[in-house]
Amino acid sequence: MSGQTRKPQDPPVPPAARAFRPGAALGRGGGPRAMMKGEKPKDFSLAMKKLIRYMGAYKVQAGIVILLAAASTIFGIFGPKVLGRATTTLVKGVLSAARGGPGIDFKALGGILGMVLALYLASSVFSYIQGWIMAGVSAKLAYRFRKDLQAKLSRMPLGYFDRTSHGEVLSRMTNDVDTVNQTLNQSLSQMISSVVTLLGVFGMMLSISWQMTLLALVTIPLSLGIIKVVVGKSQKFYKRQQEYLGHVNGHIEEIFSSHAVVKAFNGEAKNQAAFDELNDTLYHSAWKSQFLSSIMMPMMNFVGNVGYVGVTILGGYLAANQVITLGDVQAFIQYIRSFTQPMSQIANISNILQQTAASAERVFAFLEEEEEKAEGSAPVDRALVRGRVDFRNVRFGYSKDVPVIHSFSATALAGSRIAIVGPTGAGKTTMVKLLMRFYDLDSGEILVDGRDIRDYSRQDLRKLFAMVLQDAWLFSGSIMENIRYGRQEASDDEVYAAAKAAHADHFIRAFPDGYDTELNEETSNISQGQKQLLTIARAILADPPLLILDEATSSVDTHTEVLIQKAMGNLMKGRTSFIIAHRLSTIRDADLILVMDKGDIVEQGTHEELLAKNGFYAGLYNSQFEKK
Amino acid sequence: MKGGEGQGQAAYILKMGGIMLALTVLAAAATVTVGYFGSRTASGVARDLRRAVFSKVQDFSSAEMDKFSTASLITRSTNDITQIQMVSNMALRMLFFAPIIGIGGVIRATSKASSMWWIIALAVGILLSIVSLVFVIALPKFKKIQKLVDRLNLVLRENLTGMMVIRAFATESREEARFDKVNTDLTQTTLYISKVMVVLMPLIGLIMNLVSILIVWVGAQEIAQARIQVGDMMAFMQYSMQIFFSFMMMSMMFIIIPRASISADRIHEVLATKPGIVDPAAPHPLPKTVKGVVRFDKVSFRYPGSSEDVLHDIDFTAQPGQVTAIIGTTGAGKSTLVSLVPRFYDVTEGSVSIDGVDVRSLGQKELRDLLGFVPQKASLFSGTVESNLRYAKEEALSQDMDEALNIAQAKDFVHEAPKGLASDVSQGGGNFSGGQRQRLTIARALVKKAPIYIFDDSFSALDYSTDKKLRRALAEKMAGVTLILVTQRVATIKEADQIIVLDEGKMVGKGRHSELMERCEVYRNIALSQLSQEELA
Repeated sequence: MSGQTRKPQDPPVPPAARAFRPGAALGRGGGPRAMMKGEKPKDFSLAMKKLIRYMGAYKVQAGIVILLAAASTIFGIFGPKVLGRATTTLVKGVLSAARGGPGIDFKALGGILGMVLALYLASSVFSYIQGWIMAGVSAKLAYRFRKDLQAKLSRMPLGYFDRTSHGEVLSRMTNDVDTVNQTLNQSLSQMISSVVTLLGVFGMMLSISWQMTLLALVTIPLSLGIIKVVVGKSQKFYKRQQEYLGHVNGHIEEIFSSHAVVKAFNGEAKNQAAFDELNDTLYHSAWKSQFLSSIMMPMMNFVGNVGYVGVTILGGYLAANQVITLGDVQAFIQYIRSFTQPMSQIANISNILQQTAASAERVFAFLEEEEEKAEGSAPVDRALVRGRVDFRNVRFGYSKDVPVIHSFSATALAGSRIAIVGPTGAGKTTMVKLLMRFYDLDSGEILVDGRDIRDYSRQDLRKLFAMVLQDAWLFSGSIMENIRYGRQEASDDEVYAAAKAAHADHFIRAFPDGYDTELNEETSNISQGQKQLLTIARAILADPPLLILDEATSSVDTHTEVLIQKAMGNLMKGRTSFIIAHRLSTIRDADLILVMDKGDIVEQGTHEELLAKNGFYAGLYNSQFEKK
Repeated sequence: MKGGEGQGQAAYILKMGGIMLALTVLAAAATVTVGYFGSRTASGVARDLRRAVFSKVQDFSSAEMDKFSTASLITRSTNDITQIQMVSNMALRMLFFAPIIGIGGVIRATSKASSMWWIIALAVGILLSIVSLVFVIALPKFKKIQKLVDRLNLVLRENLTGMMVIRAFATESREEARFDKVNTDLTQTTLYISKVMVVLMPLIGLIMNLVSILIVWVGAQEIAQARIQVGDMMAFMQYSMQIFFSFMMMSMMFIIIPRASISADRIHEVLATKPGIVDPAAPHPLPKTVKGVVRFDKVSFRYPGSSEDVLHDIDFTAQPGQVTAIIGTTGAGKSTLVSLVPRFYDVTEGSVSIDGVDVRSLGQKELRDLLGFVPQKASLFSGTVESNLRYAKEEALSQDMDEALNIAQAKDFVHEAPKGLASDVSQGGGNFSGGQRQRLTIARALVKKAPIYIFDDSFSALDYSTDKKLRRALAEKMAGVTLILVTQRVATIKEADQIIVLDEGKMVGKGRHSELMERCEVYRNIALSQLSQEELA
C-alpha cells in the first residue's frame, strides 16, 4: 500500500516504471491494521540520522551512488548543448553551400556526434551502475531490517504484545520497511539528479541572460506556493485514505474470520451497512487524494508555461533590440522547460521523504522498545535437574496497580504431580506463565532446585519444561514437523512413539498423507481435540524434567484422556508436573492439589484431605455430581 | 529600428504570446479534467469491487471459506483490489493519451521528412523487443514475489500467535532460521527483478539519445543533398521523440497490466464462485408458531472433495422442552453434526428438518432466525459488551440483555467492570479470559430468544459449578425451547433427556444416561473415565 498510492504524478520517470518496482509487492497482506499511516514524523532529522547510522557499511556505497547520479546527470545536461553545436555546424554548412562554399563539414559533424555519443553512453553507464548498486543496498537493508525486527520479537517482554495488536507489529515489518526500501531504491538518486539538474540549468540560464533568468525566477515563489497548498491538501486526504483503508481492512478481517458467528446471527446486512459506510469514506478520500496529487504536474506546468510565455515575450523584445541572439533565446526556452520539471520532482520527493521518515521512525521505535530484563547465566545441566519448585510470596499483576496474584507460596517436591484448580479468573494460567518466566514477578521469588529462576538464562530455564497450552498452537507445515518441534533432533521413530503415547498415531495414519499431512494456515483441517493431541505429542517428544499441562485435554474425550495420562504417567515418573484442569477427574490422583481463588491459594492437600476438609475444593468437586 | 515596424513586431510577439497562454490554460484544464475523472473512476472501480467481494464472501458457506482460506480472502479483498485501483488510474491517464500522441507524432514526422521514417521504426522495434524480453524475464518472478510475501506474512503471523509456545520450547533460533529462509528468498527475488529493471531506464534513455544522433547524421546527408531543410530535421527529431515516448508508455502499460491481471484473476475467482448453499427459489413459509422439533433423518455428510463420510446414517429427533446432548470421541464429528442445522454445510444424504420442514427449503435468514447458535470458538467482535449482545438482536431491551447475562452467569463480572455494559471488547474478545469470553458468547445467543438453541462445546472453559449454575438457569428460564448441546463432560449431560453418542462419524448409542451405561460401551468408557463408580450410580 505504501508505494503505490502515495505518489503524486512524476513524469520524468514514466509513472509506469514505479508500478513494477519489485518492492511494491511487499506491504501486502499485513494484518487488519497493517496499513501504513501517512503521518508526519515527530522528528524528521532524528529519524533520518538514525536511518543513515543504520546503513552502516552501506554508507560508502550510498556515497558512490550520489557521485554517480550527479555525474550521470551532468553528462546528460551537456548532451543537448553539444548536440546543438551539431545543428549549428549543419546550418553553417547549408549557408556556405548556398554561397557556393564547401557545404556541410561531415568530418566536424562526425566528431561532434561522436562526442555526443560518448556523453550519452557515459551518462547511461553511470546511471546503470548507480541503479545496480542502489538496488543491492536497498534490498540488503530491507533484509536486515526484517531480520532485526523478527529477532527483536523474541527478546521483547510478552506484556508488549498484550498491548499491541498483531496487525500493528506486522505493519511495521512489512509496510514500513518497504517504504524505506523504496525510497532508498528510487527517490535518493532522483533527488540527486533533480538538484544537480536544477543547479546546472540555472547556471546555463544565467550564462545566457540574467534578465530572463530573473524573470524565470519570479515563477519560483509561485510554484513553491502551489506545491505547498496542493501537497498540504493531498496529504490530508492521503492520511484519511490510509486511515480508512486500515478500517476497511480491519472490518474485512474481523468479519471474514468470524464467518460462522455472522451466519448464525444473520449479521450480513448489518456488516454490509457498516462496510459500505467505511468503504464510501475511503472512496471519497481516495479519489480526492489521487486527484490532488494528479493536478500537481499540470499546475506546475502551467506556471512554467506562463513563465515561458513571459520569457518568450521578453526574449523577443531583447532579440528585437539585438541584446541577445535568437539562438540564445531558443536555448534559454529549452532550459526553462527543464527547470520546472526537477522543481516539481523535488516537491514530490520531499513529500515522500516525510513519509519515509515517519516509517523509519516506527521501525526504529520498535527496535528500541524495552527488552526483557537481563538474563542470569548460571549453567544448567538438564540431566542433573531434579525438579523441586518453590514459590515464595509471589506477587504479580499484568499492570502494577492491579495485582492478579497476591501472595502465593507453595512447594512442589521433585517428581511430584501438582494440580492447580480454581474458578475461572483465579490466576491459574498466570502462575504457569510466571514459572516459565514469561513475566517477571513484582515481588517474591520462584526457585527451581533451590535456585532463583532469575539466575538462569530464559532459554535454559524454559528448556527444562515442556508446556501444553489451552490454546493449541500449531504452525502450517506437516504433522511430522509440528511434533518434531518439541525436539528437533528427534528421529522419525521417536516422533511415532510420541504420537502413539499421545494417542494421535491412529488418527494421523488415517489421513491419506499420514505424517506428511500438511496442516493448513487456519489448521481447520483437523478438529480441536486432534490439535490438542498433537501438542501433547510434541511435549512428550521434548522429554523434559518438568511438565506443564494447562487445560491440555479440554477438547479431548475423557476416555482418550485417561489413556494419555497413563502413557504420560510412565513418562513422567520421577519428573515434576503441573496440571491445570477443570475436569476434576483429571486431577484426582495428584500428589498435591493447590486450590486457587482470586489470586491466592485458599487450600492445599491431596484429594482425600481436601474432601475431608469439606471446604472450597469439596464445594467445587461436589458441584459436578449434585443432583438437581 | 523604425517605430512602426517595432510596434508591429511587438504586437506580433504579444499576440503569439496570448495564443500560447490560452493553449497553456486549455492544456492545464484538460489535464486536470483527466485527473479528476481518472481518480474518480479508479477509486470508484476499487470501491465497487471491494463491495462486491465483501458481499460475495458473506454469502459463502463454510465450504467456500475452507476452499479459499480466510487469510487469502482477506488479501484478495484488500491488497489485490488496491493493486487494480492503482493500475486502472494509470491506465486511464496513459492508455488513451499515449496512442494519440504517437499517432499525431507519426503524421507530423512523416510530413516533415518521409525518407527518415525507418529510423523511428527501428527505434520502436528495438524498444518493443527490449520490453518484451524484460516482460518474459520478470513476470514469473513477480508471481513468485507475491507468493513469498504471503509466506513472509504467514511466518510472522505464526511467530506472533505462537509466541508463548516458541519461548516455551526455546526454539527462537529455529524460528529465526525459518524466517531467514523466506527473507533471503524474498530479498534475492526482489534483487533479481530490481537488477533487470535497473537496466531498462538507462537503456531506453540511451536508445532515445542514439536516435537523435542518428537523425542528425542521416539528416545531414539529406540536407547536403537538399532533400530536406535544417528546420525539418529539427522538427522530425522532436516528433520522433514524441512517438518514441508514446510507445514507451504503452509498452510499460503492457508490463503492468499482466501483473495486475494476477490480482484480477484472484478477485474474479472469488466473484465467480457460486455459494454452495443458496436459498430455494420459493422458500417454504414458516408456520406462525414454531415448535422447534429438530429431526436428523438418516443424515450422512462428507466434506466437498473428500472420499469418506464424516457422518454416517445419523438418525434422531430433538424435541422442544428437552435437552439433547451429543457426546463422543475426539474427531467423531460432533461439531460437524450441529453445523448442519444452521446450514453451514448441507447434508450429503438424508435430511435435517425443523417441524417437519427440510432446512434446505427454508430461506437461510428465516432458518437462522430460529436458532441460537454458540460456536465452539468463543469469538467476540471489537466494540463493547453491549454492541456484542445487540449483534444478536439490534432492538434488544436492556432488561433482555440483563436477563441473558444473568442466565449466562456473566452478570457479575460485567457489572463489576467499571464501565459495565459499555466495557470495551478487543478484536476476538482477547481482553477477556477464556471462561468469560465463553459466557459472553452464550449471553449473546440468549438475547436472541430463539426456539432452538445449539451449544457446540460452549462450556469447556467453565468450571463445574459455573457450568451447573448456567445449565440450571437455562432449564428454568428457557423452558419449552429445544436444547442441543455438544460436550465432553458426562456430568453436564447426566440429566439430559436424550444422549447421542458418536464414534468415528457413526451413531453408536442413543438414550438416557442410565440406559447408555448399560448398553453403550463407548459411552460407558467415556463416563467411567470421568466419574468413579459410586458417582455414577
